[in-house]
Amino acid sequence: MQDSVIVTRRAAVGAAFAALLPISIRAGQGQDTTQSAAPERLPYPGMVGAAKERITDYENDPFIIGIEERLRCTCGCNLDVYTCRTTDFTCGTSPEMHRQVVRLIESGSTEQEVIDAFVAQHGELVLMAPKKEGFNIVGYVLPGIAITAVGALMLWVLSRKNSVTAAEAQAAGSASIADTEMSADDAARLEAELADLE
Amino acid sequence: MTILGQLALWLALLLAAWGSVVGILGGIQQRAELIQSARRTSYALFGVLSVATIALVVALLRHDFNVQYVWAYTSRNLPTPYALSALYGGQAGSLLFWAFILTVFAAAAQWLTPRRYDHLMPYVAAVTSGVTLFFVAVVLFASNPFERMAFTPPDGNGLNPQLQNPGMVIHPPMLYLGYISITIPFAFAVAALITKRLDTGWLHAIRRWTIVSWIFLTTGIVLGMWWAYVELGWGGYWAWDPVENASFLPWLTMTAFLHSVMIQEKRGMLKKWNMILIVLSFMLSIFGTFITRSGIISSVHSFAQSSVGYFFLVFLITSGIALTWLLVTRLPDLEAESQLESMVSREASFLFNNLLLVGMAFSVLWGTMFPIISELVRGTQVTVGPPFFNQVNIPIGLGLLALTGIGPLIAWRKASTRNLKRQFTGPVVTMLIVAAVLIAVGVRDFYALMAFALSGFVVGTIGQEFIRGVGARNRLHGENYAVAFARLMARNRRRYGGYIVHLGIVVFFVAFAGNAFKKEMEASLEPGESVTLRSAFGYEYTFTHIGVSQYEQLNRFVSAASLDVTRGDEPMGIMTSEKRQYWNSFKEAQFQPSTEAAIESGLREDVYVVYAGSVEGTEEAVYSITLNPLVWWLWFGGFVMVIGGAITVWPGGGGPTRASLRRAMAGYHAQMVSGEKEEAAIAG
Repeated sequence: MQDSVIVTRRAAVGAAFAALLPISIRAGQGQDTTQSAAPERLPYPGMVGAAKERITDYENDPFIIGIEERLRCTCGCNLDVYTCRTTDFTCGTSPEMHRQVVRLIESGSTEQEVIDAFVAQHGELVLMAPKKEGFNIVGYVLPGIAITAVGALMLWVLSRKNSVTAAEAQAAGSASIADTEMSADDAARLEAELADLE
Repeated sequence: MTILGQLALWLALLLAAWGSVVGILGGIQQRAELIQSARRTSYALFGVLSVATIALVVALLRHDFNVQYVWAYTSRNLPTPYALSALYGGQAGSLLFWAFILTVFAAAAQWLTPRRYDHLMPYVAAVTSGVTLFFVAVVLFASNPFERMAFTPPDGNGLNPQLQNPGMVIHPPMLYLGYISITIPFAFAVAALITKRLDTGWLHAIRRWTIVSWIFLTTGIVLGMWWAYVELGWGGYWAWDPVENASFLPWLTMTAFLHSVMIQEKRGMLKKWNMILIVLSFMLSIFGTFITRSGIISSVHSFAQSSVGYFFLVFLITSGIALTWLLVTRLPDLEAESQLESMVSREASFLFNNLLLVGMAFSVLWGTMFPIISELVRGTQVTVGPPFFNQVNIPIGLGLLALTGIGPLIAWRKASTRNLKRQFTGPVVTMLIVAAVLIAVGVRDFYALMAFALSGFVVGTIGQEFIRGVGARNRLHGENYAVAFARLMARNRRRYGGYIVHLGIVVFFVAFAGNAFKKEMEASLEPGESVTLRSAFGYEYTFTHIGVSQYEQLNRFVSAASLDVTRGDEPMGIMTSEKRQYWNSFKEAQFQPSTEAAIESGLREDVYVVYAGSVEGTEEAVYSITLNPLVWWLWFGGFVMVIGGAITVWPGGGGPTRASLRRAMAGYHAQMVSGEKEEAAIAG
């Protein structure tokens, strides 16, 4: 019984939303628009979860998807709005956030203005990745800096050790390692020996 | 049975405490009876925790809903394989399972380790018993699966639908096996530190264990990706979720160890580093469990928040302090036996490989913990999702891929210019050809292009290694190519098995790169209505909605939406995605309806269809359709990696090198001499 209540409420929301849209385009790219009679009602409609709304161009719009991929669904699922609304069909939050994105775009907001509106409403937590400003920059650059710094330190320490070793070897009068190359037969023999031994 | 299980847990607690104490005492005082007792405690723990585990399994299979755990994770109509998998489907059961598997490994380590490592075994028993003690204590005092309720409900709550998947039956045990088996090499490392027997001997003792751990971790991670792909319905396999990251961290450090240990075996270098890597791998496996179970970080995988987090935190801090002390006091005994002779050497390339692997582990850990750090520093919560991780880790990953190809091309000790030219020409030409072809066919995505080109480079390297090895055997032994190939692999399983693993890594990267060319759309279709979608390979797929059928099946009610799919003019058949409403034996709905994706997997691309629901309860279905290029190769790459790992670990053919054995024996002789001197001093 509860399912039917949900169906009714969602259907009402869907109808209201559809009325707001300038054009209600059925589904995405390349859709065959030839229509038959109204589709039959399922025997157990409550068993397929919350009622869905018809897909419009907005749902497949790469611009809107791009915005939604930057926003975190606030239902607690940890997913971005786009992934949540196309994956977690039990979530009522991500479809609502999607509608909000569409409304803002329709009202002429730019991508950044939409993002800012969500941040103003939910805080920075609504962004899938922190803004590249202030302390967050540390978050982005620290791994790279750490790897580069350790790599540079390794190079410095090892080259220093090498030069010390080479100087010691020269002082001891040992011959430098010649850049000798072996014959093809010797190389083949060595390969085989190594293959057996290593 | 639950009383028996509870008793077994208490007995295990006492035994584990006993084992950890007598192991240390026996080792230090060299008292044979205590050493023997520690060893036998490992077997006894295995027996006792087997009883506890069996008790829980019996309660699950008998539907004893008076046991809260059984009620919470099963129902009467739950298929038996899933009732069994409920053993690790919840927090309390999974912790018991963890402790049980640990005792299996601990007993196996005592049973299988050759006698020549007897001097390490009491400490190994002490460490494994100590870790078992911790897990049994957590089970008993924080998350007990044998807790009973005040009444007996007629049916259980059921298992989460997303866990009712064959992948979920295998994936968690595999991952646990990987996590838990790290304890054995860790125990040997601690034993080596305590005894100061820090030659390569302990490395030989753990060689198979480390590879086995790595294989289990790899299998667990890949199965987890597969489960996420087929079950979660988002058409992806890796989301940088904290729990996914937690499994990736020890994998990275173990991979680093598997490389750097070769330098210690061949050149006696990196002793401190190898010790740190093993300790770090163990700590990260515990840290991952802490993240999953403490609730400190929000994750789709997290278990319910409970007090177990505090136990893990205390364990991490105390063991961290103890291990740091042990390492610091043993630093003088971990001095390298030789030095790096050139920056252009195999050793140097392995060092940089280690730098990137550990650097990636750091960046993943940093990203995972950054929300907490941000809150501590700024008082502001932030989300660190896939965009952050991809931005930071893709360049590191590509660097690692490049080193996978570079490492084997450079000689040990020092490479000459002519040697480098000879070695690099083939792989570099392969890389350039791959890049040119891809640019010519219109590939413009920078990272994908880099991944494909570098994959070409690594394949060039591996191919060259095999061709030269086989050629050498053919020329010198007169073997035909097939026999030469087989013997090359058999005689040096470690080296060539490693190359197979590298090949698996390449396949993995190719599959990852395919993700850049994913195509997806949503469509609402009435029966008979069609929609088309063009793939990255230029195929035009047409999806025609057939209708929605509804029926009962096992412990669920199914609503199946079907599409007739064609690729160009070629029919691909009918794809059916389902909505499943699980119910208990009274047909009362459990959980929200879940979704089963329909997947048509191919070598080029997967067609991935999800039935999202119906428009106003009619047969007009809403579909989410994804064309996923190269995903099949991900599973194949995982398979290749595991096969490569199995080749390296297979008995015979790839034992310790002569240089490595010399080092172990030198250490052994040194101990003998110092022991004799001590005895002489005592006698004198």
